[in-house]
Amino acid sequence: MANAPQKVAAPADSGKLAALTAWIDERFPMTTLWKTQVSEYYAPKNMNFWYFFGSLALVVLVIQILSGIFLTMSYKPSAAEAFNSVEYIMRDVEWGWLIRYIHSTGASAFFIVVYLHMFRALLYGSYQKPRELLWIFGMLIYFALMAEAFMGYLLPWGNMSYWGAQVIVSLFGAIPVVGDSLTEWIRGDFYISDVTLNRFFALHVIAIPFALVFLVIAHLMALHEVGSNNPDGVEIKKVKGPDGIPLDGIAFHPYYTVKDMVGLGVFLILFSLVVFFAPTMGGYFLEYANFEPANALQTPPHIAPVWYFTPFYAILRAVPSKGLGAALMGIAVLLFVFLPWLDRGKVKSIRFRGPLFKFFLFSFAISFIALGYLGLQPATPSATMAARVFTVVYFAFFLLMPWYTSIDKTKPVPTRVTYHAH
Amino acid sequence: MRIDHKKKILAIVAACVALPGLAFAAGGEMHLEKANNDIHNKASLQRGARNFVNYCLGCHTAKYVRYNRMAADSGLTEQQMMENLLWSGESPHSTMVNGLHADDGKKWFGVMPPDLSLIARSKGPDYVYTFLKSFYADPAKATGVNNTVLPGTAMPHVLWELQGTQDAVWEGIPDAQGNVQKHFKEFTLASPGKLTPEQYDEFVRDTVNFLEYIGEPIQAKRQSMGFVVIAFLVFFTLLAYALKKEYWKDVK
Repeated sequence: MANAPQKVAAPADSGKLAALTAWIDERFPMTTLWKTQVSEYYAPKNMNFWYFFGSLALVVLVIQILSGIFLTMSYKPSAAEAFNSVEYIMRDVEWGWLIRYIHSTGASAFFIVVYLHMFRALLYGSYQKPRELLWIFGMLIYFALMAEAFMGYLLPWGNMSYWGAQVIVSLFGAIPVVGDSLTEWIRGDFYISDVTLNRFFALHVIAIPFALVFLVIAHLMALHEVGSNNPDGVEIKKVKGPDGIPLDGIAFHPYYTVKDMVGLGVFLILFSLVVFFAPTMGGYFLEYANFEPANALQTPPHIAPVWYFTPFYAILRAVPSKGLGAALMGIAVLLFVFLPWLDRGKVKSIRFRGPLFKFFLFSFAISFIALGYLGLQPATPSATMAARVFTVVYFAFFLLMPWYTSIDKTKPVPTRVTYHAH
Repeated sequence: MRIDHKKKILAIVAACVALPGLAFAAGGEMHLEKANNDIHNKASLQRGARNFVNYCLGCHTAKYVRYNRMAADSGLTEQQMMENLLWSGESPHSTMVNGLHADDGKKWFGVMPPDLSLIARSKGPDYVYTFLKSFYADPAKATGVNNTVLPGTAMPHVLWELQGTQDAVWEGIPDAQGNVQKHFKEFTLASPGKLTPEQYDEFVRDTVNFLEYIGEPIQAKRQSMGFVVIAFLVFFTLLAYALKKEYWKDVK
């Protein structure tokens, strides 16, 4: 993209394949794209464990789209048929159970991978200049993913699907003046009904996946424009060899394609362990109450969203007023977007940050996990109190950031990355 | 650097493990006995299918379960299935439904007896096991019985002939306000049934085993398939790792 398209000469021993390549290249920048985006995209050689999750997120997106296509072949988006059709997929459709478990496990896997991917950005300051837009595209992907997961969860039309959707949609009612009409507009009815299910299906299988794919492409274009960050937070483009290639850069293909294959292998092992041995993951990936059909007259004994929403759900419940709780929950999600401007640090990577940043980052990570746990539990007084403490810590990370990052004692950043050959 | 990170990750993990101590689940639920059933035990599945057809299917359905699939998975031949499980001329691939009309079910029991295809998946096998063992005589109820797991249940004790009749023993425990609260203590067998308590437990265990199987018929197969998939993936990962090592030799 940054490079001007080059005319690619066919090799001397031009065979039929080379001739075909040349034919295409005159009409479509195939070789140029391959080179600029893959084989001559130079990534820092010191990317570590945390850098697996970007490519894995892409893999999970593909898994979800493919398994989703096959599910829609047998799923029926109607209140009368949805629950039956899912059981039909589980029992009568050839390999239907596998496709369904891949899709349901993929939903949770997506969030695990994305949360680790985001945490990597916090560790190494990957959202900082010049990667602000890259970060914002990433956050838009995360928001789209939340909408996608929420709407997808209604589709099995189990009782938890129904009441979970009921609770989340009713949150929009907390918005002053327009709240009630807005909730009605989203549902398309006075309660969660066949109409709601049908429109959520449309959004889940067409609108949001479309937006997701578009955003992922934008995210990758921004990444390849500015170049990848690394655990040292050093801009490798600043030190280039005589050939114009960063001295600390290595070609994405083959080096990172083979490395990511190892990450993919480990990921697929863990993924398959869930799919084949614990598809409900003890009620966390598929909630037990969702094996009962939706029933508008019977609330499940304990309504909890799926685990990936529970940190925000815990924040919502920690506030006594529903309106304020919903607002705080929304802000908790949105605050991530402003990180590039909240961070006044002079260094990117945690390796050269001072003790203040380290303290705030790790107390944030702990409170995020703690809120996630508390959001799954019934709201007892002691749990609510704990959720309030962790909510304060959560917000302190963002709101105090301009202060603690500017006074923090940082270490000097080297000009080259640290790398030990193995 | 590296050790530093490990310590931090450890601290996070430790915090997660310690957290459950901060919050406790809402109490007051009946203690559930372990069903200890085994869906790989085909003899138990066959007995469970027999029990289900004899005692449950009259009022409850398993509308997602096909007879021939169920029979094949529990190791029955089609002939055995036709002779022992299908009595009213259903076709081998029909689902396990009955002739109970929804209006009649509601009139007779107050609620339509629920479909049981997924009961062990939504409630858990231990719940169903304990439920079927927890009926006790209660003259205040129209059915003459009540249940400690689901108080006020509309279901009569269909298995009373086998289990006999139980009485519930309660004990009074004063609460914080000094009011005496009735707490369930134990069951006593008022009149024995056709089965000994141990035989009855086995009977219920087989039935629950069948219910867990029909909750997810693929269960046993998916687990055995899982070993093959994981074995392949381990092999793939080792190969990928060797390839990565080979390529990364160049990176200095």
